[in-house]
Amino acid sequence: MESTLQGRVYKFGDNVNSDIIIPGRYLIYIDRERLAQHAFEVLGEGFPAKLREFQILVAGRNFGCGSAREQAATAIQGLGIQAVVACSFARTFYRNAINDGLPIFECPELYPDVQEGDSLKIDLAASKIQLRGKQYAFPQLPDSVKKILELGGLANYLKTQLAGR
Amino acid sequence: MGHTIAEKILATKSGRTSVRPGEIIDAYPDLVMSHTATWRSVSVMQKVGATKLYDPDRLAVVLDHIAPAKTEKNATDQQVSRNFARTNGINKFYDVDAGIAHLVLMEAGHVAPGDLIVGTDSHCTIYGSLGALGTGIGYTEVASVWITGKLWMKVPETFKIVLSGKLAPGVYSKDLMLHLIGSLGADGCGYKAVEFHGDATTGLSVSERMTMTNLAMEMGVKCAFVPPDAKTEEYLRGRLEASKRYQPVSADEDAVYEKELPVDLGNLGPMVACPHEVENTKPIQEVQGTRIDQAFLGSCANAKYEDLEVAARILKGRRVHPNVRLIITPGSKQILLEASKTGVFQTLLEAGGMFTNPGCGACAGDGGIMADGEVCLSTANRNFIGRMGSSKAQIYLSSPATLAASAIKGVISDPREFF
Repeated sequence: MESTLQGRVYKFGDNVNSDIIIPGRYLIYIDRERLAQHAFEVLGEGFPAKLREFQILVAGRNFGCGSAREQAATAIQGLGIQAVVACSFARTFYRNAINDGLPIFECPELYPDVQEGDSLKIDLAASKIQLRGKQYAFPQLPDSVKKILELGGLANYLKTQLAGR
Repeated sequence: MGHTIAEKILATKSGRTSVRPGEIIDAYPDLVMSHTATWRSVSVMQKVGATKLYDPDRLAVVLDHIAPAKTEKNATDQQVSRNFARTNGINKFYDVDAGIAHLVLMEAGHVAPGDLIVGTDSHCTIYGSLGALGTGIGYTEVASVWITGKLWMKVPETFKIVLSGKLAPGVYSKDLMLHLIGSLGADGCGYKAVEFHGDATTGLSVSERMTMTNLAMEMGVKCAFVPPDAKTEEYLRGRLEASKRYQPVSADEDAVYEKELPVDLGNLGPMVACPHEVENTKPIQEVQGTRIDQAFLGSCANAKYEDLEVAARILKGRRVHPNVRLIITPGSKQILLEASKTGVFQTLLEAGGMFTNPGCGACAGDGGIMADGEVCLSTANRNFIGRMGSSKAQIYLSSPATLAASAIKGVISDPREFF
């Protein structure tokens, strides 16, 4: 994982559920590209194509609520999104994102200040997000969990663990 | 300082004497449930080069979503899951005929008070109806637990919901949960455990408790519990698998709760969740008269025998409205079997309902797909946009009684006039 993540923001509201992120009928797939073709398509015309122009999703409360489908995180990665910053995440999405290698950050202070198209810089080492010269702190993940994310997800982590046995 | 049920179970399963909210622990689940997603976890095992399971007896595989197979792709995926179960000697394997994983596992006695259960489904919270800590995880994490036996968990704070009073005729625990989700919000209990207490909780049947702990997921809980009591013991008597003993789990008198919320059941009326979020709830008075095209009596929330029986009581001697298709998908084969013995099956058919095979059915977008502009009233737990077909369809959620009354009238209707 890069030490700095940077890109343009697309902004969502509260309670974006995992059925919106990837409808149930596509759960027969697990590969990023295929899932990304249908990510957020229920939001109507232009989706998901327009999301490919952005690198960071910013959302309100409870992002990823609903179904425990791991493909919600996979589909977002398939769109080329590098990180999701939300006021809060639903716990199943939170775990799935980490396990899928998708960086996520909880930062409610950022939400009201950010707009679609803004450029964000996320400094992982300093635990800070930069927006128009202002800095916003986010809590660090526990070390054991951070390790999973750093290796690109739980499958890679398991592979490393099994190799070390 | 005492402990809540979640704290006690997580302490036991992580080999500690006690744990406190916020602590991160490695816990060893008693049961790992995987449903139709099983093949995905199998692919993770192959990807990481693992061949050995930590303990095959801790796995349960139930093929419930899209069952039986609808496409060749489904069939192939199910074949992978089936072969995996056979090759690895998974005794708790249930094929496409069995029904919804949660209900099947509880009926078969694989769930006991104090158990820690994880699975590829957010509604694993339902196991708390029997005093087990159930919570959902993704398929990669399921594979990880298959291999290592453990997963990291954060000990949650607990909310205590104290129920008093008595539900009026025609009002059910589904209405209670829609009321709670509406007032607390979709993340009102985010990351929290919930315990239901109070005399009124003791009065509710195990089936009603299953609906409560299932729907609790829709307010963001990590897990939800009804403390085991005489009703739990009676449900599990003669049912628990041979390796398990009935050992109730309870919170300490001086357990620490983050919040306490009293609810008088006597104040509740029928509730409906409106499109496209479960928290968008309204009292029946505000939505009655809304036209429906389809009524779906199904899902792990409300397709248990008692639910079918409630609907049959209302529909007996009456007819489903000609403009409505009533689709009944029993939660499990056992439920269908019971309904066929007691006459509930016949009553629902004669009233104009149609049955599909047990399983997740339309709630998982399989059989009962909606067209643009159509309206479905459903007893399921989610009404998210596009969940049952067209994203231009509308899904409302209610109790089985409200569903039956509405199926007769052709519009969303108050069931209390049938009591």
